[in-house]
Amino acid sequence: MRRERRKVVAVEPVGAYTLLRVERGGLDPGIPGQFFMLEAPGRVLPRPMSVCLADPGELAFLIDPIGPGTRALCALEPGDRLHVLGPLGNGFDLDVGRPLLVGGGIGIAPLPYLSQRLGAPPALLGFRSDLHAEAAALLPGAEVCIEPTYVTALLPEEAHDVLACGPEPMLTALRRLVPDAQLAWEAPMACGYGACYGCAVELDGELKRLCVEGPVLSAA
Amino acid sequence: MLLNASGCLDALTAPDVARSLDAFVTKTITPEPRDGNPAVRIAETDAGMLNSIGLANPGRERFLAETLPRLRELGRPLWISVGGFSAAEYAETCAALEDVAAIELNLSCPNVDEAPESAAAIVAACRAATRLPLYAKLSPAAWDIAEAARAVEAAGADGLSLVNTLRGLALDPETLRPTLARGTGGYSGPALKPVALAAVYACAAAVELPIVGMGGVRSGLDALELIAAGASAVALGTILFSDPGAPARIRAELTAEAAARDLGHPLDARGQAHSSLQTSVSRSDNAMQKVPGNRPKVTA
Repeated sequence: MRRERRKVVAVEPVGAYTLLRVERGGLDPGIPGQFFMLEAPGRVLPRPMSVCLADPGELAFLIDPIGPGTRALCALEPGDRLHVLGPLGNGFDLDVGRPLLVGGGIGIAPLPYLSQRLGAPPALLGFRSDLHAEAAALLPGAEVCIEPTYVTALLPEEAHDVLACGPEPMLTALRRLVPDAQLAWEAPMACGYGACYGCAVELDGELKRLCVEGPVLSAA
Repeated sequence: MLLNASGCLDALTAPDVARSLDAFVTKTITPEPRDGNPAVRIAETDAGMLNSIGLANPGRERFLAETLPRLRELGRPLWISVGGFSAAEYAETCAALEDVAAIELNLSCPNVDEAPESAAAIVAACRAATRLPLYAKLSPAAWDIAEAARAVEAAGADGLSLVNTLRGLALDPETLRPTLARGTGGYSGPALKPVALAAVYACAAAVELPIVGMGGVRSGLDALELIAAGASAVALGTILFSDPGAPARIRAELTAEAAARDLGHPLDARGQAHSSLQTSVSRSDNAMQKVPGNRPKVTA
């Protein structure tokens, strides 16, 4: 884990979301599903964002401007600088035979980088509106559904290694349908490196910190 | 002279950060294991953050058997934060501890039910149970924190940790319901700094005990201000969440801030905020020296 000050390369609207592209410098992009804590200008705490794209020389983060921190991040301009800390947490296990990526809403954020590392496997994406669904352009070839249709309705019959990220109800439903799915969860966290205990979730009957034990957890 | 505030760093997960401090303060240990409070447990506010972790910890036995031996490998002085739900519980944990730098009694967690006894009664019970240095961590919500400081001093405390978080509430802007699952949480971060300064200032004038100042420290100047108010050590809390490199940065800034004021050492600023004190007080090699005695007592 390294904390460095990085220059914003571009800030691009992607449907209802914003793609924040940052100079990578010497930072390791990590494994898909890992995340960075991004300094949110004017805010007390940084915000956890998974790596969306790791093109040469860049790190890109897909951000949904839903609160003061994410709005501050989306208001950054090229040339601005921000502190980034990472990569943090545990990413997806890439040793899978027949991957299927499943994403819901802003939960598609880690999937483009994951898709790149896995050689563009099939993907199912669900969104709440046409505007949000424009973000599917980040995953060419993905099958897309819009509420009230949910991704769980589109799951193929044959068995796949499901790697998913999305809202909690989607992950809970997936876990029921695909017990061995790898799921990337989300929780409010102050630090991202195990210091604050804010992101604890119950796992195997014990509370674990999602930032250290996760964010990718095998369902089981 | 730079510590972490209890509950703001896990030395086993981030050992390099812990080693950048002069001493490591553990998360509060209670006799029984605690999962802590349900999620959501943290919320950012405009000038700080709320936490409602609820003293999640492995419990005394597992701490002593598993965690403490691994913490010793850090090679840093260890302060053990001790909590409980009665004076006897605090005292039992104190009695079980040996060979650590200090015990910090968490007498003021805003996120769990309090022990029925007064802070002074808990300190007295712990004093009878251990000869280790006992630091009393007090709440800034006390109506007269100087009075609380006098009471724990009389009960045998060796020092004060000032301050714990203040109880606060955040509402979700959409639902207008509490953001935290438990409702309220402990408020920390930049907004707490003036509260911490006032508490350190009042207690330094009221008691002879060394004080670890904490609350909203983000810079070397913040640390120097706490020292000027009467602290002889400074702890970092919320800033560690956003900047794990804060200890080294703040240490360098503190040295520079002192030098810019022609002070040979940051602790030479100690007590400078108290007008009747000399601007420079003699400093022993012991960073935990006491504030000299000829100070005005706070009037009731």
